[in-house]
Amino acid sequence: MAKPRIATTSLCGCFGCHMSLLDIDERILQLAEIVDFDRSPLDDIKHISRRCAVGLIEGGCANEENVEVLREFRRNCDVLVSVGDCATTGGLPALRNMVPLKECLEEAYVHGPSVHNPSGEVPNDEEIPLLLDQVYPAHEVVKIDYHLPGCPPSADTLWEALNALLGGKPLDLPYALIKYD
Amino acid sequence: MSTLLETAVKKICKKLDHDPTRLLDVAHAVQVKYRCVSDEAMDVIARELEIPRVTVESLVSFYAFLSKEKKGRVVIRLCDDVIDRMHGYARIRDAFCEELGIQLGETTPDGNITLERTACIGMSDQAPAALVNDVVVTRMNSDRVREIVRELREHMDPRQLVRTYGRGNNSHELVRSMVRNHIQTDGMVVLSPVNRGEALRKALSISPQEVIREVKTARLRGRGGAGFPCGMKWEFTRAAERDDKIVICNADEGEPGTFKDRVLLTEFPDRVFAGMTIAGYAIGADDGILYLRAEYTYLKAFLEDVLERRRRDGLLGKDVWGMGKGHFDIRIQMGAGAYVCGEETALISSCEGTRGDPKNRPPFPAQHGYLGRPTSVNNVETLCCVTKILEEGAAAFNQHGTQQSSGTKLLSISGDCRSPGVFEVPFGTTLKEVLGLCDGEDAIAVQVGGPSGRMVGPERFDGQICFDDLSTGGSIMVFGPGRDLLSVVHAFLGFFEEESCGYCTPCRVGNVLLREGIERVMAGRADPEDLEQFQALGKAMKAMSRCGLGQTSPNPVLTTLESFPGLYESRVAEDPDGYCRSFDLGEAVALAEELSGRTSAHAHAHADTETTTQREGT
Ligand SMILES: Cc1cc2nc3c(=O)[nH]c(=O)nc-3n(C[C@H](O)[C@H](O)[C@H](O)COP(=O)(O)O)c2cc1C
Ligand code: SF4
Ligand code: SF4
Ligand code: FES
Repeated sequence: MAKPRIATTSLCGCFGCHMSLLDIDERILQLAEIVDFDRSPLDDIKHISRRCAVGLIEGGCANEENVEVLREFRRNCDVLVSVGDCATTGGLPALRNMVPLKECLEEAYVHGPSVHNPSGEVPNDEEIPLLLDQVYPAHEVVKIDYHLPGCPPSADTLWEALNALLGGKPLDLPYALIKYD
Repeated sequence: MSTLLETAVKKICKKLDHDPTRLLDVAHAVQVKYRCVSDEAMDVIARELEIPRVTVESLVSFYAFLSKEKKGRVVIRLCDDVIDRMHGYARIRDAFCEELGIQLGETTPDGNITLERTACIGMSDQAPAALVNDVVVTRMNSDRVREIVRELREHMDPRQLVRTYGRGNNSHELVRSMVRNHIQTDGMVVLSPVNRGEALRKALSISPQEVIREVKTARLRGRGGAGFPCGMKWEFTRAAERDDKIVICNADEGEPGTFKDRVLLTEFPDRVFAGMTIAGYAIGADDGILYLRAEYTYLKAFLEDVLERRRRDGLLGKDVWGMGKGHFDIRIQMGAGAYVCGEETALISSCEGTRGDPKNRPPFPAQHGYLGRPTSVNNVETLCCVTKILEEGAAAFNQHGTQQSSGTKLLSISGDCRSPGVFEVPFGTTLKEVLGLCDGEDAIAVQVGGPSGRMVGPERFDGQICFDDLSTGGSIMVFGPGRDLLSVVHAFLGFFEEESCGYCTPCRVGNVLLREGIERVMAGRADPEDLEQFQALGKAMKAMSRCGLGQTSPNPVLTTLESFPGLYESRVAEDPDGYCRSFDLGEAVALAEELSGRTSAHAHAHADTETTTQREGT
């Protein structure tokens, strides 16, 4: 029987959640035995090639490309999981939601105290995806099946969650794994 | 050197004995004099009352009738509650805006007239209504609006806007109001003719314990909404340790669509005050407070006069009835525009002169209420029942109503019916009978109990008005054919959002999330999960909010989901790709497109698929 496939992506995140996934250490070998990785920054596959059992989403949506990627995941994954606070709430990047987009760009590229930009131009290349008016958590863009809070969720949390999902078992995380203060 | 303002504010503080528990009255007096409580005034108040400056500022920011910004000499507050919206609020508002040349929330450039909106002012039976300073103006139309503005510009005296007086005490020289009573039924109990002094005389001739027993035998339950047994509340208060007990009469009447206490205060003030005095005797209190909502300021002078007359007649004051049973007096505390202040612990906070923040329970007011004193808070109508029970006995009272809900209930009926007004019906009357009484038989829905109550559909019109079935503090809003019930739900959520004190997250944030969700449903952009989300969120708000406001605020959504599921189901749809229908990439990138001068390829490719999905869905 073919192994179930997993896809992962980092949208507007810091890759911290993916680092946390790598923190499962040698258990990654176990994981590789039971699943195949499809599109993921870990293997640099650019698009999902076949239907996946599980998609892990790090980060919220800050630009149009994030939305495209997230939608690709939704179309091609049976179960979609928001991993980490950025995906579940927008996280740190969503702090910009309080500031109008124009001011944000000008602060970042023109007026910021550490900015040296004599031309005063805001980068505007075809290749740069357009920003959204706000940073959206993943579930405001597509239907999300599960949320794993944490910044990032610990390796053990991710490990337990993946095992439950792939094994078709109920997810019963011990308190220590979902307590953050 | 002190400024004029400083001198004046100091004088106001002195008049109230520099008593920090009268801060609300101080701030209100300053507001009336200066049309605002400015930064400078707040500094002076804080210094004079020896309280932190932030206490003053947070108070001013809390109440709708206080403001840091200067208001016009005349403030026009338009009621924009759903009933008024049904009766042409939008036209009235536009006429005012046009005639005054300003927008809602603004003041005319000459500083004379401010135009604002407000929640229900207790005149739903004569909508569209407004407050012009303290003066109530009812049944407006756009022609009258133009006249009002013209007249005001001439004389700037709101009192002169009243051309004919309402019947009864509305035409009393201390009221002189155009408000109509609209009493639509013969009085059975609370609306029956008054036999002044009788109840109090009978009460004082028996022991306080016997008074409580009589009220318990009558099985009197609170009329303010919660339906707590009155006798039991008094027993707890009486049994509390401290001696300085107090009675508070809740005349905040803020639940939209409720106006029966207005009529009781206008036509039966003696019955209300007798009830307070009997309550005082029963629990062992020397004093009482009538907490009167700011919207009813037009009744204040009249009520003060009634109190004064009762003092003269020996029904109040040093030795009530000359029977050596002690002292009892009443003061009136004015509110300042906040729905939550009707909640009894918030009401106590407000009486203590602070923001109307609800308090944690326990301790309950019966143990630890106003300034720590054992306190019984009773609704106006409850106290009127008390007077009747003492006057005619529990048995006479009990002959009306049902086993669990004895006596009668005053209903304030408004909306799509031909005879809106106040009705006294025995508990157990069906909603259908009620609709017959008010000529509203073609109703498609009835909101029972105000926004915090529930929306009832025709299949439940055989339900009974009583505590265990269709419970109401008095508000009955009738919706006729063609009314858009979702926009009613939306308006109610907006009301709670605005009136939440903001202390607990489930209430402060939950109401915003629900409102946004309803907006998605109304726009045809909601997903089936949204409905599940409403249920889950509503449940959390009910369980996790500190006071009744947050605990009942999801009701408009939860009860319509139950009784009118079609309203929602016809407007939600599943997206075949699992995308959220509420998210529109085109809208989300529009700003960036404008800033960059580029167009988004993704968005426009998708805008098409999204509209197809939507069409399939609806
Ligand atoms: C948000 C909120 C507003 C309320 N407003 C009123 C009110 O305007 N008048 C009233 O009598 N009770 C109101 N109540 C109920 C009071 O908390 C309290 O139960 C009542 O005054 C007790 O008097 P009763 O036992 O005679 O009904 C309100 C409750 C809540 C939660
Ligand atoms: S949740 Fe934390 S670790 Fe994960 S992407 Fe966001 S900031 Fe990084
Ligand atoms: S439930 Fe709402 S109104 Fe009541 S205390 Fe909490 S935030 Fe304030
Ligand atoms: S006065 Fe407008 S709804 Fe009550």
